[in-house]
Order: sequence, then structure tokens, then C-alpha cells
Amino acid sequence: MGALQVGKRVSAQVLPLLALGLGCATSEPKPAAPRAIIAIEDRGHSNVEEAPKVARGRTLLTGATLLTATGERWAPGWLLIEDGRIAALGDGEPPAAITGGKSQVPVHMIDLRGRWLTPGLIDPHSHLGVYPSPSLRATDDGNEATSPNTAGVWAEHSFWAEDPGIERAVRGGVTTIQVLPGSANLFGGRGVVLHLRPMRGARAMRFPGAPDTLKMACGENPKRVYGGRGGAPSTRMGNVRGQREGFANAAKWLKDNRDKPAGEVARDLAMETLAGVLEGRILLQVHCYTAQDMLDFMQISDEFGFKVRAFHHALEAYKIRDILVKRDIGVATWADWWGFKLEAWDGIEEQAALISQSGGRVSIHSDSAEDIQRLNQQAAVAMYAGKAKGVHVDENDALRWITADPAWMLGIDAEVGTLEVGKRADIVAWSADPLSVYTKADKVWIDGALVVGGDDKTSPWSDFELGTEVGP
Amino acid sequence: MRTTIALLIGLVGAAVIGARGKGDLSVGEARATGPAVACTLISGAKVYLPGAIAAEVDVVLANGRVRAVGAGIDDASCTRVDGRGQVLTAGFIDANTGLGLVEVDLEGSTVDTDLKNVHQDPAGAVRAAVRASLGYNPRSITIRVARTGGVTSALVVPTNGIISGGAFWVDLAGETRAVIKREPAAMAADISALSESRAAGMHVIDVALKEAALWEKERGAWLKNQRAGFANKTLDLEALGPVVRGEVPLLVTVDRASDIEALLALTEGTKVRLVLVGAAEGWLVKEALAARGVAVIVDPILYGPGGFDQLRARSDNAPLCAAAGVKVLLSTFNSHQVRRLRQVAGNAVRGGLPWQSALLAVTEWAADAFGMSGHGRIAAGAVGNVVLWSGDPFELATRVVKVWIDGREVNLRTRQTELFERWRTQPQ
Repeated sequence: MGALQVGKRVSAQVLPLLALGLGCATSEPKPAAPRAIIAIEDRGHSNVEEAPKVARGRTLLTGATLLTATGERWAPGWLLIEDGRIAALGDGEPPAAITGGKSQVPVHMIDLRGRWLTPGLIDPHSHLGVYPSPSLRATDDGNEATSPNTAGVWAEHSFWAEDPGIERAVRGGVTTIQVLPGSANLFGGRGVVLHLRPMRGARAMRFPGAPDTLKMACGENPKRVYGGRGGAPSTRMGNVRGQREGFANAAKWLKDNRDKPAGEVARDLAMETLAGVLEGRILLQVHCYTAQDMLDFMQISDEFGFKVRAFHHALEAYKIRDILVKRDIGVATWADWWGFKLEAWDGIEEQAALISQSGGRVSIHSDSAEDIQRLNQQAAVAMYAGKAKGVHVDENDALRWITADPAWMLGIDAEVGTLEVGKRADIVAWSADPLSVYTKADKVWIDGALVVGGDDKTSPWSDFELGTEVGP
Repeated sequence: MRTTIALLIGLVGAAVIGARGKGDLSVGEARATGPAVACTLISGAKVYLPGAIAAEVDVVLANGRVRAVGAGIDDASCTRVDGRGQVLTAGFIDANTGLGLVEVDLEGSTVDTDLKNVHQDPAGAVRAAVRASLGYNPRSITIRVARTGGVTSALVVPTNGIISGGAFWVDLAGETRAVIKREPAAMAADISALSESRAAGMHVIDVALKEAALWEKERGAWLKNQRAGFANKTLDLEALGPVVRGEVPLLVTVDRASDIEALLALTEGTKVRLVLVGAAEGWLVKEALAARGVAVIVDPILYGPGGFDQLRARSDNAPLCAAAGVKVLLSTFNSHQVRRLRQVAGNAVRGGLPWQSALLAVTEWAADAFGMSGHGRIAAGAVGNVVLWSGDPFELATRVVKVWIDGREVNLRTRQTELFERWRTQPQ
């Protein structure tokens, strides 16, 4: 994965902006100009709408209980936001150097007594925008179920930025999501990591510097969708054949085009995506439920020399957690979903706790426009279920399942996921303990900008929700 | 509060309190899974009495029921359970599930919530006579899982068609049909997301109810060939009898306020009692619902807009309805996630519903809505479905300590417990 694996556990250092530059940032000597296939990638990401400017200024949050997701619990603690990043934080009261009148830069003070501060939540499995609310024929844009290999489609091109679910997710404390295509196809297409500020289009919402991802799927869905039409795949072995063929073709394409000059690269959108996976530039996110399906998939990854970043749903991951931990593969899963299909029959509530106790990386994801509004609750459900059975997990683990671990799965852990100096100021102020069912996200900052809880404005973010007021 | 407690103390063998429905009487002896004990004395817990009134009292379970509630009860013949520091409530009731009719949603061979292919034709729009309970499996894997969330009873509801058939009440212990405590407990109907026009859907309900009322009066004439035929099948009209007589509610899945108003208009002046499922826009017509005594089973988690029927859905639908005097019930609307009911209730409170109302929504009020007033409360004579919690039942940190159904402690182990135990040691 090369340099994309920045900062597994980044210490509190100020990080340069765009530490995660896409593409050729490796420890090897850099070529003078990017290879043509990298330049092609960059052009595919060019923007039309300007990304939002970082909010300038200094804001000091005091009085709240701080959960840093690095193991600290400061009650109270304090945190200083400067120019969109966490400039300093600590236990107790802020030092006089910050609050005193000596400072040249004015500090906007916010008293958060009684509240709890955590990093902004990260959901690595969302279909917001691609399966938006309302769910209508016209908005059904999540699965390009026309071929088992649609590695050339990008979720950001289906994303409807007016999805009312976006505001609801942010009001639940979520600041970053990975939007994925559905799981009808073996190669579903590229996912996109978004920062949830309301913008007019997906590209301006892209998390700066976040790598692209590829959604793949194993198991029941592809074989049901295509087998049901009398096509291929119709079995699990058909699934694996299709996956291996895809990577075999991509390996050939990459060999032929890796160092071709611009103008000679044989443009092929699916191959370009898969080449990115083979080179570790694109992080692989694999929908896979059963232990057997995951074992089969890991064999494919060994055969073609790519890495799986995270298995999603993965309800039997607890059975193979030793292997997943050894290979440093994340598990993005639910707290309590089970039984809706046979590959979900063995789901247990202790899964996250068991994997976490074994040293694995766990995310409690939503895959749902409803559960995304309460990821904090779902992390609590998973943590308390494990705790009740004597599995050693605690509040910090539960918090990491919805912050630091999913940040790593998306390759943005150097930028967000914990409260540490230098990270982006994506922060939630909760009304109380975030692991309580009654708690609400009162204030949400993204890049230091207050996006929820700033005033009493009740006008909805989404244009779609305008004109629904009641009255004569 | 003292008066209330005094009235409830020590009434051994008291009559079933407030039982409105005959269906409350079990058709057979339900066999729970715990050992047979003469009686159980739960002492020292914080007990929620009818009206969600908390009191530090002792509770005695015997012969399937709550035998006594009061302070300082000491009965040496009873098995004692120390409830100190814990909370005792009536068993929770999920008012809209597919429990026992579904094992795996995507495996058609395990799904019995509707009539599937045989009756998917338009002629199958009215299926009032269908008894989904004939497909009920009291041994379903899902049932034990539901119990781990403190749920002891559920309304099981068939789906599809416009009038889908009889919903039935089950208690979640015992492996015979005796756990079906009332059938029908409601008649299920659905006018959400119709493929045909709303008017057509309403028309189907309208004609069926009108004909069912006529059938009550003119059955004899019809049998003697003195009356022309009915548009609906007579078996369905017969099955709608309890609905038009007001004995069981018509349970209608509906979200849009205008559809709710149409249903109110369509049943005005009849004995038909409505209970609405979903009612995402219910808050818009809350006064009318309250005036007509219509209960709603809401999803406090959903605040849409899942579709155009939910454009005005709000997260505070439940508290707004409740404040207007509407009986608000809660459900997971699920088969596998019924154990989440307490979290659903917690979220209703988070959205503004008073805590006591949320408790009543998943106990007393749910029982009353379906003619099961012997359920859903801890009071002498009530059915012995109670749950001991380690703390606030809605709070995520709280664990279910013990569950009794029909006065017997039930096993809280599930297939998932066994999976956990098999895999709790890390494989090497």
C-alpha cells in the first residue's frame, strides 16, 4: 500500500495539508512527472465547483468531557481549533497563554460544560446520495446491475448532493462517509470518501486527499442478481472465476500500460480502476459475509498481489479474526444485524468486541440511512454486548469503531479519526455520554466550521425539503 | 401513589384486571421453558406498576400470573429472586412483527408472512380470511433472540394484499400453538406504496367493510338465496365480522396524512376501530386521531422522507401525537431485530416522548390496543410476563437479567449464544 498507509497511529504532530496526495507518493525516488496513467487519474478528479475554504480563526472549546479516541478521557478537557485544525488540547482548564489577553489572535470561546466531545464520526459504508431519500425509481442509482464487472463506474457520479439523509447523518454526529455502489456486481465500481458539508455536487465534498476506493462483492448478491437472469455468475465458484478473470485482465492491462507515455495508454475505465487496486493507489472494500467467502477472496488477493483494506458486513469475521488481524484487514460490520439472508445467519452481537480484543480494526458501519443517524448507539450496543460476555472492550474501543478505525479503512487516519494536534477539526459536542441512547449531537464542526448547532435556523439543507411547511 | 399500591397489595387469586377481550384467556396451557416452581418472589426491585408508576415493592408470580404486588411480602414457599438495584417491568410487547413467520428474509421457503405467488393476483387484494397463524412456528430461531431484549409478546402481522388477513398475538415462550393467545387480534391492511391508485385501494377497503356490515345482517337471506351475491368472498366477509363489530382493530399501514384522513372518513359512523402502522405524517392530523381514539404504531427512528408519503415526517412525530392525546405504540417492524425494541423506545424518548409514555407504549397501551389487557402490567391478576433489568430498560448499557413468561423463567440462551461460546477463544 506504500505511502498511503500513513500514520497508523499518528502522534500529535502538526501535519502538512494534503498529506495524502493521491498517486505516486512513495518512498521510492519520485519521477519527474507522473506516469501517464496517474495524470489520467488526476484529470478524472478535476473539479468544477470549488471546495470550501477552510474556516480561519481560533476557537477554544472548554468545559466538556473529552474522549480523544486515543485512550484519553479528560473531564473536563479543552481543545483549541485554529484554521480548521486541532491546534492544541489537554486535560483540565486551558493554559492562560491561550485564554489570556496576550495573544495577538482573538479566540472565540465556547463553554461546553456538561457536554462530551469526540472526533466526528466516520461511516465507511453508506449509500447516501446513491440510494437517497426519497426512495424512488428516479433515485435508484446505487447498483449498475448491467454487468458483473462495472469497475469503471464511480459512485460520485450517482451521488445526489440534495439527499435529505446527509443533513440527518450530520445531525447524528457523522462528518465523513464512504459512499459505495451497491453489491449486485462482483466489481461494483469506485467508492468515494466525502466530507459532509452541504455542497452542490459530490466532487466538492470529496475528503481532500482521500484515496479512491473500489467496491467489490462476494457471496449471495452477485450470483442471485445474474444467476436469476440466467447469466453468470450463478454460483459462488462463478463469482470467484469472475473476480479472478477481472484481475488477470487488469494485470495484463497494467503491464501493457504502466509506463506508456500519454496518448498511448489504452483508455479503459474498468482497467484503470483495477490497476489502481493492483498498485495500491485505490483501497479495496469488499462486501463479504461468510468466513469461507472471505478466505476465498484473500486467496485471490494473494494470487494477484493486491491488498484488501476492509471486508464489509463480514458477519462471520469473528471466526477468522486471527487471519484478518495478521493481514491487517479491517472489518466494517454492524452491531446487531443478522438473519435477513442466509449469509447473515451467523451474525452475533459480540463480533466487534471479539475482533477488537484480538487486535483487529473494527468499524460499526451503517449501510442504512436510518442507522447512520445513530452510529454512536450502535457502537454502544456492540461494546456492551461484548462486555456483558466478558470480552475486554471499553469506551475507547467503542469510540474508535466509529472514528479512528474507519478512518484507517478509508486511508484518512492521518487527517481525522482522533482528537490529536494537527488533525482536521471534525468534532462533535454531545449532549451527554455518546454511548447513551438518550444523547444527541448538539454541535458538529467540520474542518473547524460549525455545521450543526450554530443557530436556530431550521431551514433544511436540502432543496428537496423546501416547501413542506404546514399551514394555510 | 400510596393508594394505588395499597389497592394492589396481596390480592391472592384476584380476578384478571381489566381484561376486555375474551381472547386474553389462553386456549391451552402454554408451556414455558423454565422449571415448574410453585411461585417466585422478586423482592427489592424498582417496579413499574400500571401507569408507569415506580415503586419499591415485591412481586409474586404464581400459576402463570402475577399473584401479588406489595411491600414486605414474605412467602417462604416461593423461589426468591433478589431484585435490589434492578428494575422490574412488564414484558415488552412489539406491536408489529413477522416473528415466527420468517426465518431468513431472502429464502422464500422460510417466509410465510404473505401468500406469495398463489395469490399475488389482484383478486387476492382482500384476504381477510387468511389465517397466517397456521404458518406460525413457535420454535423459530428468531423468537429466543427477541426475548433477549426483554420482549415477551408480539403482534404477528401478515403482509401484502390490501386487506392482508388476521394478525395474531403470541407470547414468546412455549413450543405449542397455545402461545397464540388471541387470533385475530387485529385485521391487517396496507394502503402504502400501492401499485394501483389510492382511490382503488381505499375502494377495496370501503367495499369490504360495507359488505362485511351487510353480511352481518343479511347472511341468513343470502343463505336462503333471498339476496344477491357479494363482491367479496363470503369467507372474507365473515372474517371481517370482528372488525365491523369493533371487536378487533383494523390495523392499517399508512403514512400520508391525507390517506389517514381518508381512512377516518371512510370509517366514520361505523364501529370500526383503527390502529395505524407507520403514520409518519400522523402529527399533522393528531387532533383527529385523538378525537377518534385511533392508536398509532410509529417508528421514532424514521423521519424520512422515505418517499412522497413521508414528505412531512418528523423526528418528534411520537411526542407530538402523544401530547395531543393519541395512544402511541412502538415497534421494530421486524422479525430479527425485535430485541431492539427497548432501543426504539429509548429513541422515542430521545425524540421527546416522555419516558413513562414510552414504557406504556411497549407494555400497557400495546396490550390494551389489541384486547389483551391482562398483559402489559405488573398488577395482581395480570399475566406473569415480567422482565428484570440491570437498570433503565431503554439504556444501552442495561442488560436483561431475567425474563418470566406465564410466570416461568425462560431460557435466554440463543443460537447466537452458542456461536459466541464456540468462537470466544481465538482460533489459531
